[in-house]
Amino acid sequence: MKISPEEVAKVASLARLELGPEKIEEFTSQLGDILEHMDKLGELDTEGVEPMFSPVEQVSVTREDKVRKEHTREEVLSNAPETDGKFFIVPRIV
Amino acid sequence: MSELHYKTLSETAAMLQAGEITAEQAVQACLDRIEATEPSVKALISVQGEQALAKARELDGQGPDPAKPLWGVPMVLKDLLTTKGVTTTCASKFLENFVPFYDATVVEKLDAAGAICIAKANMDEFAMGSSTENSAYFKTANPWDLERVPGGSSGGSGATVAAGQCAAALGTDTGGSIRLPASFCGVTGLKPTYGRVSRYGMVAFGSSLDQIGPMARSVEDCARVLQVIAGHDPKDSTSVDCEVPDYLAGLDRKDLSGLTIGLPEQYWPDPDKEGGLSPEVEQACRNAVAKMEELGAKTVPVQLGLTDYAIATYYIIAMAEASSNLSRFDGIRYGKRAENAEELIDLYTKSRTQGFGDEVQRRIIIGSYVLSAGYYDAYYGKAAKVRRLIRRNFDKAFESCDLIAGPVCPTTAFKSGEKADPLQMYLIDIFTISCNLAGLPGMSMPVGLGADTNMPIGLQLLGPSFSEDLMLSAANTLEKNLPPMPIPGL
Repeated sequence: MKISPEEVAKVASLARLELGPEKIEEFTSQLGDILEHMDKLGELDTEGVEPMFSPVEQVSVTREDKVRKEHTREEVLSNAPETDGKFFIVPRIV
Repeated sequence: MSELHYKTLSETAAMLQAGEITAEQAVQACLDRIEATEPSVKALISVQGEQALAKARELDGQGPDPAKPLWGVPMVLKDLLTTKGVTTTCASKFLENFVPFYDATVVEKLDAAGAICIAKANMDEFAMGSSTENSAYFKTANPWDLERVPGGSSGGSGATVAAGQCAAALGTDTGGSIRLPASFCGVTGLKPTYGRVSRYGMVAFGSSLDQIGPMARSVEDCARVLQVIAGHDPKDSTSVDCEVPDYLAGLDRKDLSGLTIGLPEQYWPDPDKEGGLSPEVEQACRNAVAKMEELGAKTVPVQLGLTDYAIATYYIIAMAEASSNLSRFDGIRYGKRAENAEELIDLYTKSRTQGFGDEVQRRIIIGSYVLSAGYYDAYYGKAAKVRRLIRRNFDKAFESCDLIAGPVCPTTAFKSGEKADPLQMYLIDIFTISCNLAGLPGMSMPVGLGADTNMPIGLQLLGPSFSEDLMLSAANTLEKNLPPMPIPGL
C-alpha cells in the first residue's frame, strides 16, 4: 500500500515524533516500499487460522499478591532528568 | 600470555580453575588486546577496565571455585543488557547517560558463576539493524576485513569475540541478531528457544521475539554460557519453568549416526538464479552438510513453504511491538529530555525526536501504522495468523527430521554503506527470522572462509523447541571434524 506524506506526518505525531519536510518525503517513499512488501501477506488464505501472538502460549502466570519493596525512591529517581528529590517533574499540565 | 586471547572460553576457564593463570591475568590480557585492536575494530561502547580488574583481584583473593563454572572468565555484554552502576545505552543517544540501578537476570547469573564483565558491546540502536551501522555512536568493523560490516544487531558482540577481546559475549536475537554477526565474524552464536533465558533487564525491542544468547569461539563455549544463563525467572513470566538439561554432558558424541538433518528447499536457493545463494556460501554450507553425512547423519529434503512471507510477517510484528515498547521513552523518568519544552506533549515529542535515530523512528512509525484502527486487521492481525502457519511449517518439517540445516545468510559480510535502502537491509534476514517467529532455537557455527571474499561463512542449525542440547551436541561433533577456523589477521 502506498502511504501519503500526510499519513506519515499524522502517524508520526501520534507516535510523538516530529518530522521535518525532508524527512517526511524520505520516509514516505521508504515506508511505501516497506508496506508494499508487507502487502504480500494478502496473497495467503488465513481464514479460520488462530492468530499467534507469542511462542509461549501457556496459561497466564500469576505471582503471590504480596507487597515487595525492591528499589528505593532514590534509585528510581536516579536517572530522571528532573526531580525535586521526591517526584518526577514534568511541565505544568493544568 | 600473549596468546591467551585466542584461547576458547573452555580452555581459559580450565586454566583459571587449575590456577595456571589468575583472574587478573585473564582480565589484563583482554584489556591489552582491547587496547591493541579497538582503535580499528570499534566493537565496544564502554570498557569497565578498573572495575573488572578490581573484581578479578577480589576473586583471586578467594581462589578458584569449582562451583563457579565461569570463575574469572572475562566477558562482554551487548549494551542493551542492564548493568547496575554501568551505563547502558542501547547504542542510542536517548540513553547516553542511563545508569541502571539493577542487573539483568543474565548479568546476575554470570556474576554468580564467577564471570567478569569487562565491557559493553556496540550494536544497532535498540537492536534495530543487521549491520551495526545504525549505532548512534560509531560503526563497528568486521575484524576479518575492516571495510566490511560485522552484521547486526549484535555486531559489537560478534566482533569483540572474533578479535579476541574477551572469552565470550552475550548478544540478543530478535530476527537473527546473534546468528548473523556470528556468521559474518566467524564465531559461534546461539539463539535459545523463546522462554529458555530470562529477558528481565534486556531492553525490549520485539517482546515476543527477543532472546538473549551466547557468542563465543567454540560450540562448547556456547554450551557453557547457556548452562549458566538458562532457566526460569520469576521476574519474566515468559521464561518457561522446565528443567535445564546438562548441555555439556551431550557433547562427547563420536558421530552423528541416528540423526536426520532436514534441508529446506527454500533455504538452499539455486546460486544460478536471482535471489539465490552466493556460490561461496553454497559451497561452504554444502561441504559442511556433506561432512555431517560422512559422520553418519541422514539428510532429507523438507519444505518451509512460507519462507517468502516471513520477512513481511516478521517486520510487521517486530515493528508493532517496537512501537509499543519504545513508547516508554518519554523523557521523564530516564534518558534524554529535550530543553525548552513548554508542555507535556511537546516534551515527549521533542525528547523522542532528538533522542532516536532514523531507523528507530522509521520502525516506530510503521509499527504505529500497522497497529492503527483501519489497518490492524490487514497488517498486524494478518501477520499474527501467518505466524501460526509458519510455526506449523516447522512442526511439520520436524516430523521428518531432528534438526534443520542451511546457510545463515545468502552472502558473506557486505561492505559498510553498501545497503543504504532499509528494505534491502531487511531482505538479508530471510533465513533467520522464521525461527524467531516460531520461537525455536537456532545457531550459527563457522564452517570455513568463502572462496571469493575470504570472509567467514556460518552454517545455521534450527531445532524444535528446547532442543538446544541436541543442537549443541551435533554442532560440537561437526566442529571437531571440520578444519579449525583460522583467526582474523588483526
